[in-house]
Amino acid sequence: MSEAVARNILAEQFDDIGQQHEAAKLGMWIFLATEVLFFGGLFLSYTVYRYLYPDVFAAASRHTEVILGGANTAILLFSSTLMALAVRASQLGRRTHLIWLLLGTALLGMVFMGVKGFEYHKDFAEHLVPGVGFQWHEANPGAAEIFFWLYFAMTGLHAIHVTVGIVVMLVLAVLAWRRRFEDGNYMPVEVAGLYWHFVDIVWVFLFPLLYLAGHR
Amino acid sequence: MEKIHPPKIYWTNCLWLMALLALTWCLGYVNFGVFNLPIALFISFTKTILIVLFFMHIKGSSRLLHLAAFTGLIWLFLMLLLTLGDYTSRGWVSMPK
Repeated sequence: MSEAVARNILAEQFDDIGQQHEAAKLGMWIFLATEVLFFGGLFLSYTVYRYLYPDVFAAASRHTEVILGGANTAILLFSSTLMALAVRASQLGRRTHLIWLLLGTALLGMVFMGVKGFEYHKDFAEHLVPGVGFQWHEANPGAAEIFFWLYFAMTGLHAIHVTVGIVVMLVLAVLAWRRRFEDGNYMPVEVAGLYWHFVDIVWVFLFPLLYLAGHR
Repeated sequence: MEKIHPPKIYWTNCLWLMALLALTWCLGYVNFGVFNLPIALFISFTKTILIVLFFMHIKGSSRLLHLAAFTGLIWLFLMLLLTLGDYTSRGWVSMPK
C-alpha cells in the first residue's frame, strides 16, 4: 500500500491498489451492462419485426454487402486481439509496445469506419436509405424499409461507439507516451480495453443478424 | 496484482474467433430453413464467451465481476422473453366483443 501511495496512484478512499483496480473494473462492467440494454432496445425491435416479417427481412438482408460486413468483423476481432496485447504491455510496463498496440487498435477502428462509410455510400446509391428516396421492388416495401431503418440505427449506434473507442485509444496512446501508465498504473488501459471488446461483441451479433438474416 | 498472461493465449483466441467467423460466413450460404438463425446465434454466443473469458479477463476474476458481467445479459434476456411472450401470443385468443 505504502508503495502505491508513494507513487501517487492509490486514491485515498481505497485500502489497497487491488481494491482500487477491482472498483475500476466493476464500474466499467456496470456501465457495459447499461450499454447491453442501450443496444438491447434496438435488438428487441429487430427481434419483433423479424418475427413479424421473416421473409422480407431475409430478402432485405441479401441487399447488404456481406463481403464488406464479414471483412469488418475480422478487422474488429483482430483489433480486439491488439487491444488485449496492449493491456498486457501496460501490465508489464512496456511503453513502446503499448503505444504501438494502441495506435494499431485505433488504426483498425479507422479502417472499420472507412469500410462502413463505403458501405453506407453504396446503400445510398442503391436507394436503400429509409426516408431519403427509399426504393424497393420486391414484396412489402414497408417492412423492408423497417429492416433498413434498423440496419442504419444499429450499425450507426455501433459506429458512434467505434468512433468514441478510436478517440479513447488515441488519447491513451498520448498518455502512454507521456509515461502516465508506468509503475503499475495500467487500469485506464484495462477498462478502455473492456469497452473496446464490448463494441466488438456487439458487432459479432450485428453481422449475422443484419448480413446473414436469410441464407445467401 | 492480476495475473499477466502469455501472448500465446491472445493469439490462440484470435485464431479461434477468426475460424468461427469463417464458419458463420460459410454457413450463411447454406439453407438450413428455420435453423439458420439459431446456428448463427450459437456461433455468436460462442465468440462472445471466448472474448469475455480471455480478452476481458473474466476467467480468473472475482465473483463480483462475474455477477456484473451477467447482469446486462440477464436483463436483456428478460426484456426479449417478456416482449416475445406478448407478440407470439397475440393471435391465440379473439378480442372480446
